[in-house]
Amino acid sequence: MMENTINHHLTDAVLMGYASGSLPEAFNLMVAAHVSLCDSCRAQVESYDAVGGEVLDNAPQNGVEMTESSFMATMALISGGPLDEAAPARLQQTRNAVLPGPLQDYVAGGLDEVKWRGIGMGVKQAILPTSSGASARLLMIPAGAAMPDHGHHGLEMTMVLQGAFKDEDGYFARGDVEVADSDMHHTPIADIHEDCICLVVADARLKFDGFLPKIVQRFARI
Amino acid sequence: MKDEDGKRMLWVSHMARIRDQQDQAAFAELFDHFAPRVKGFLMKSGANASLAEECAQEVMATCWHKAHMFDPARASVATWIFTIARNRKIDVLRKERRPEPEELTWGPEEEPDQADVLAIQQESELLGRAIAELPAAQRELIQKAYFGDLTQSEIAEQTGLPLGTIKSRIRLALERLRHAMK
Repeated sequence: MMENTINHHLTDAVLMGYASGSLPEAFNLMVAAHVSLCDSCRAQVESYDAVGGEVLDNAPQNGVEMTESSFMATMALISGGPLDEAAPARLQQTRNAVLPGPLQDYVAGGLDEVKWRGIGMGVKQAILPTSSGASARLLMIPAGAAMPDHGHHGLEMTMVLQGAFKDEDGYFARGDVEVADSDMHHTPIADIHEDCICLVVADARLKFDGFLPKIVQRFARI
Repeated sequence: MKDEDGKRMLWVSHMARIRDQQDQAAFAELFDHFAPRVKGFLMKSGANASLAEECAQEVMATCWHKAHMFDPARASVATWIFTIARNRKIDVLRKERRPEPEELTWGPEEEPDQADVLAIQQESELLGRAIAELPAAQRELIQKAYFGDLTQSEIAEQTGLPLGTIKSRIRLALERLRHAMK
């Protein structure tokens, strides 16, 4: 069953960036993971896909044409069978797994496969392999503990996968995303009932100049 | 039914013919319309003509092989081809993988309702018209956003798009899929 209780969503700018293909890999991973849990954001992403479809259909062609033999070449390509799929086969039955499908692809399995490393105070993290420009990691905070002060160097998004945390901005449970920037001072505390597992993505400092105030404004509308 | 709906529904029926009968004539028409557009999209995104040509052929071959994945109750054919071309762009030009959400698909026994198919194709038409009616400067910015020429801060300015009611239509399609998947 779909969880209907997600209260904190991704911003339109991030969802549109996912559809247009302009986000760094780590942010794409955040969107793919959130959308796996949130049909509202999935519908928004697919609406932005539809904008892309209209742009593709109606953009001026400026004389671009396919070469003369290209249809035959494509039929030959087709008879050679499908292109190799880069994506690994996913575990079946991911609906109730802590890690949504796209995250399972990055840890090559479920929660048991995550290679945690302690970073102090009982907190553990696992860096996920993404391209440079932004980083992605899983974070585990013991039940009832405060999240370590990790300092924001730019845009940072945190999505809860298990448990919950609360801070000045509210209560964040599975599927909820908190968007923070470098001006933000907050002290999240994990819910007492369960260890809190989050996906955290952060950009490199330079890229999102001017983007941050807007994204926080949009987030604040929720 | 208006002409524009007719065009979109025609592409939908072409996809069904490709899927069910491996119909090369239907595929040739789809190719003639979309392949040059995909090539132009890739060139504007930074590919040279020969790389763009090669990728456009690959994108069209993927349309053939994945015809069974196209859901006409959720997207227009143009939108579906756009997503394949965008993913190819990220793969080839940026050499990155693009994480995809968990899939929602119809089971082998299920087919979307024809009324839902027509509704989403009409929504696409309305969206296309709304974009066409924007002031030229804003329309060009949207094109740039999708062809990879905008920075994130410029994209943030573009989120007030005339999405209209397409989101609620897609949402409805997702709910029916969830129901069918149970």
